[in-house]
Amino acid sequence: MSAFEPHGTPIPGLEPAELTGWLVVIEGTDGVGRTTHVDRLRTHLERLGYAVAETGLSRSDLASRGIRQAKQGNTLGSNAFNLFYATDFADRLEHQIIPALRAGFVMLTDRYIYSLIARAIVRGADADWIKKVYAIAPKPDAVYYLRIDVPDLVPRVLSEGGFDYWESGMDLPMGEDLYESFIHYQRKVIHELDQLASEYAFEVLDATRPVESLSDDLATRVSRMLAAGRAVVPS
Amino acid sequence: MSNGAYGSNVRHYPGRLFIVEGIDGSGKSTQLTLLAQWLRGAGYPVIFSEWNSSPIVKATTSRGKRRKRLTPLTFSLIHATDFSDRVEREIVPSLKAGAIVLADRYVYTALARDVARGVDASWVRSLYRFAPMPTQAFYFRVPLELALKRILSARSKLKWYEAGMDVTGQTTARESYRIFQSRILSEYEKLVQEYGLNVMDATRAVEVQQNLLRAAIEPHLRESRKEVAALERV
Repeated sequence: MSAFEPHGTPIPGLEPAELTGWLVVIEGTDGVGRTTHVDRLRTHLERLGYAVAETGLSRSDLASRGIRQAKQGNTLGSNAFNLFYATDFADRLEHQIIPALRAGFVMLTDRYIYSLIARAIVRGADADWIKKVYAIAPKPDAVYYLRIDVPDLVPRVLSEGGFDYWESGMDLPMGEDLYESFIHYQRKVIHELDQLASEYAFEVLDATRPVESLSDDLATRVSRMLAAGRAVVPS
Repeated sequence: MSNGAYGSNVRHYPGRLFIVEGIDGSGKSTQLTLLAQWLRGAGYPVIFSEWNSSPIVKATTSRGKRRKRLTPLTFSLIHATDFSDRVEREIVPSLKAGAIVLADRYVYTALARDVARGVDASWVRSLYRFAPMPTQAFYFRVPLELALKRILSARSKLKWYEAGMDVTGQTTARESYRIFQSRILSEYEKLVQEYGLNVMDATRAVEVQQNLLRAAIEPHLRESRKEVAALERV
């Protein structure tokens, strides 16, 4: 018995028992402050002596260029877009996440399949279908969901330079301008993430708290989990 | 075929979708080309659809192949991405407009090829759930040795993924290809049962096969014509 179980579908050639590392996921919508918290958490864990690796969305060597091009021209069908993201995710899974877990690293992941599922559902994908597509992903040891509501999100996004075309769902579009579309789009994304939070048992953290306090809380939770180790289940 | 898998999208369109499947060297492309000529001659609007059509996805696929970066999983997903784009932007709009869509390879190619690479069979079937069911699917059954003879004599160089060298563990492309094609062949045979594919004996004369093909689709063409005419009156 291993700590890692896929969400339902085995990956060809992978033996879950080989994965001795820890998979820690930080989830949350755009602009909630995930990057800051991943950085802080990484520093904290490295100070404690853990070997830490890190990854995020759309950073795969295989598909990131294609995704960028497709976004610029908006030239892919919406279902194809969902599958392009899934390809990108699978490439990262097999070339970054799994090797790090095999080598015993703590793999910090700035968003995981859940954001991809939420985004796809908001763009019209069938929920059961897209969850099944991502059932190849190993289940994380923990998912920390930095939760925020739209009214608290708006000032943050403004202070970070304003609304992004995609983060506002303008490809859909959901309103007559960026602001309106942002509100509608983010409300839907957050709604989907909330659903996933209960379905997949995320640890929910209030992201409106001061950065220091939230990051301490996160650090405590993760280091406690790592220190406790995994229960050894006799096979 | 389970619910939520390929086969569950049975939406009806005024156009018709005919697809051919089979291993390389089964002669399916020749048959489809002849069919297209015949249909065009009879005045039908024909759309010909092939794998690897979307330029953006194609660039990523080529990159992955060139660098040998594709695993069975990403090989499966990138082809599903491309296929999905082709369905959304080419096949479905053409069917809505009343065209006769001819596809050289369809979902069954992916189901056979991906599972031959070790991808989970039920996962691939759900991956392709979005694809419309063809009006008729023809499987060109050919003995492995005959297909190999046709392919290996006509082409000198087999590509890495085409030969299945990523999964067979063989060091020569020809030997790898032989093993990989035989795995694909046995997956196709399962699909014939599961999806009730229309089996064509690909060892018969070209004209004999073509006549059988035309006879099989003819009733569907008449139906489609009626539906398209009804559509135009609205």
